[in-house]
Order: sequence, then structure tokens, then C-alpha cells
Amino acid sequence: MVRGLRERVGACLWAALAAVVASPGWALAAEAQAAVPEVNKPWWFWPLILLFFCFVLGIIAVLAGVGGGVLYVPLVSGFFPFHLDFVRGAGLLVALAGALAAGPGLLRRNLANLRLALPVALIASTCAIGGAFLGLALPTNVVQICLGATIIFIALLLATSKNVERPQVKAQDAIGQALGMSGVYYEESSREVVEWKTHRTLPGLILFIVIGVMAGMFGLGAGWANVPVLNLLMGAPLKVAVGTSKFLLSITDTSAAWVYLNKGCVIPLMAIPSIVGLMLGSFVGVRILAVAKPKIIRYLVIGVLLFSGIKALLKGLGIG
Amino acid sequence: MATRESAKASPEQMLYADLLFYGCWASIFIMVITYAVYVSGLISPHIPLEKLPHLWRLPVKDFLHEANAPHGWGWALLLGKGDYLNFLGIALLGAMTIIGFLTLIPAYVRKKDWLFFIIVVLEVLALLLAASGILGTGGH
Repeated sequence: MVRGLRERVGACLWAALAAVVASPGWALAAEAQAAVPEVNKPWWFWPLILLFFCFVLGIIAVLAGVGGGVLYVPLVSGFFPFHLDFVRGAGLLVALAGALAAGPGLLRRNLANLRLALPVALIASTCAIGGAFLGLALPTNVVQICLGATIIFIALLLATSKNVERPQVKAQDAIGQALGMSGVYYEESSREVVEWKTHRTLPGLILFIVIGVMAGMFGLGAGWANVPVLNLLMGAPLKVAVGTSKFLLSITDTSAAWVYLNKGCVIPLMAIPSIVGLMLGSFVGVRILAVAKPKIIRYLVIGVLLFSGIKALLKGLGIG
Repeated sequence: MATRESAKASPEQMLYADLLFYGCWASIFIMVITYAVYVSGLISPHIPLEKLPHLWRLPVKDFLHEANAPHGWGWALLLGKGDYLNFLGIALLGAMTIIGFLTLIPAYVRKKDWLFFIIVVLEVLALLLAASGILGTGGH
């Protein structure tokens, strides 16, 4: 019976993945068919497709362990008719909604730690404001080229980085000590209380300047960058790094989202189906996670990211 | 030696978590309701729905010009329109972190944790600055 369920879930998953891979292709085909395809379509056509697309994206993002924003921006800007300005605005709201929904559970279980998050958030969120202005001031093709290069880099990072569950931190550095960047959490799987502290705090904080600028500039959630810096560089346990990173996104993306909102880069007709679709997909994804094989999904997501990164790069260069 | 009791989140962290939980779901709920009102045509929009497929492929500067759409907090004056009504839920989503940070201030004052008090105040100021639109609204 369990095997039957597994097979059914597996079949559904592959169908969902095929839908994600196929729907942009279909969108692309539609784009190629007519010079201005959306003019011939009713107003509800693309928002409806986007709702379905984001639902599937939400499932895949959970299974692959990436944030929704990092998949949303390159895929939607590459294959839907919306201008990059609106895709980035919606992408930030998508990442923000996901981070705010996950935040309470992580904070209650002490997996997102305020003492680790707050100093880092101050740097990342102020830099995200600068990044948002930079992204909106630069020509679209330049942003598209940088976005493509960043997405390809993220795909390679996902393929090669190996996070450490509990990094060894022998001695805490002075800055980490002054900021009280240490804590305790309960590890349910092994039923033990885990103490942790950080090191290499200064290089970590400096890297969050870059992460903040990139999050604001491209409208991406920055979980892909937060986790390696918190875990591999600063020595936070993987669970604390993942939890704190998700919580951090709620702060970083808030500052950048307000810049995009004030600049008029939010169209509710496309932003709200994106948020709702991705959140519904995330709930389904969490349930499928128990019976899925995330490794295969992860490789597929790396492939999709590489593909959409190259597409964004070519679009920016005026080739795609 | 750390105990299970010491692994519990601090009271201010729990308060922040509760606030985020209710605020986030309230904003999503408001978004779903206002979107239904918008697309059902119960309240007429500022930008006609049929015009949007012609406009959403334009850069934001051209979009604002063509649609006669507001920037900055101009949307607040158009809340009576179906499309801009949706900004209520979106703005609440964007305000949750600021509200959450404000609840942390008294906790750090009580603890006399002045370093984190300054960090939180600076963060609130940065977020308010971004939200205010003072930092240059307008198109590209």
C-alpha cells in the first residue's frame, strides 16, 4: 500500500515537474506565434496560468529546499509577458510572504535566532534598499544579464556546496561574543540539546552587504546565499542557519519590497496569484516531502535554474 | 550545561512569532478577498482589466504614464478602486516586520540590552525610510 502511494505520488510529481517545464515552453511557443500574444488573450489568461505555474513552483521549491523567489524571477521573467520590473516586484512579495509564513514556527522552536538574525538583518536590509534602487536605475538588459549570471552561479552553488550539519567552532571571535551570537536549540531527531556559537563574524557580516544588494537588485529571496554564509563561514548549525536565513528574508525583502511598491512595480492582477499559488504549492510540497525523493528534484531544479539563467543571459544580450 | 528549558525561545521572540503568524495570515486573507472583489468587477478598477495585457510588458516608467497610475503612497488615495484595494493586504504584509520590530524595543529596554536596542531602532528607521517613499519615488 505504501509502495502504491509512493508510486502515485511519484507519478503526480513527475506530472507536476513536466507541467513546469512544459508551461514555460508553451508560453514561449505562444510568444513566438504572435508578435504581441497577450493582446489576443483575455486579461485573465496569464494570471490564471501564473496561479497554476506558481502552485507547481511552490511544490518544487519545498522539495528542492530553495526559496520560491529564486525560481520565480528567472522563470517568470523569461517565459511570461510581464516586464522584469513587475516580475521583480512580485518576486519580492512572493519571497516575503513565504518567509513571513515560515517565520513564526522557526522562531518558536528557536531555529531562527534573533541574536544571530538582527545584526545581519540590519546590514542586509539597508543594502537591499540600495540594491533595489540600483536595479531600477540600471537598463533592463544590464539587469537581465546580471540576473542570468547570478542564476547560473546559484545553480553551480547548489550543485557543489556541501553544508555541514554542526560545524566545529572552537572559539568565538570578539565581534560574535559582543553581539551574543550564540544559542541553544532542541534537536528532535536525536533528542539532544545543542549549543552553538559563531566565528568569523566580520567576514560574514561583510558578505551580507553583497547578499543584500543582490536581493534588492534582482528581487530574489537570498536563502541560497544566507545559508552557506551562516553555516559554512560563520559556523551556525545547519538547522539554525536555514531557520535564521528564512527569517532574515522577511526583513531583507521587506525593505526592498517597499522600494518596488513605491516605484509602482506591483501589479495586483499578477502579484496576488503568484503569492497565493506559491503558498498553496508550499503546503502541498511539505506533505509530499515525506514520500518524495528530494535528491532527484534538486538535480532537476539545478537544471531548470541553469536553463533559465542562460535564457535570462541571452535575453539581456538581445539574443534570446 | 544547556538544558531543554534553556533551548526555549525568549519571550520577546515568542511575541514576535505570534505577531507574524496572525499578521501574515490576515494579510493573505485580505489579499484573497480583495482580489475576488477586483476580478469579479464588484468595484470598478482604476486601470481597466482589458488594458493590462497591453501595459504589463512596458517598463514601470512607461506603465505609470500610460495607465495614469500613481507611485509612492498614491495608491492610498485610490483604495475605492478595485485594483488599488488589493494594496491593503500587500501593505499589511510589508508592515508586519516593522510592527514586529517595534514590539522588540520595550523588551530590550527592560533587559538594558542597549546594543540590540540600537540595532532594532536603526532597523525600524531603515524600514520606515524604505516604506515612506522619501528615497526617490517616480519612474526609473
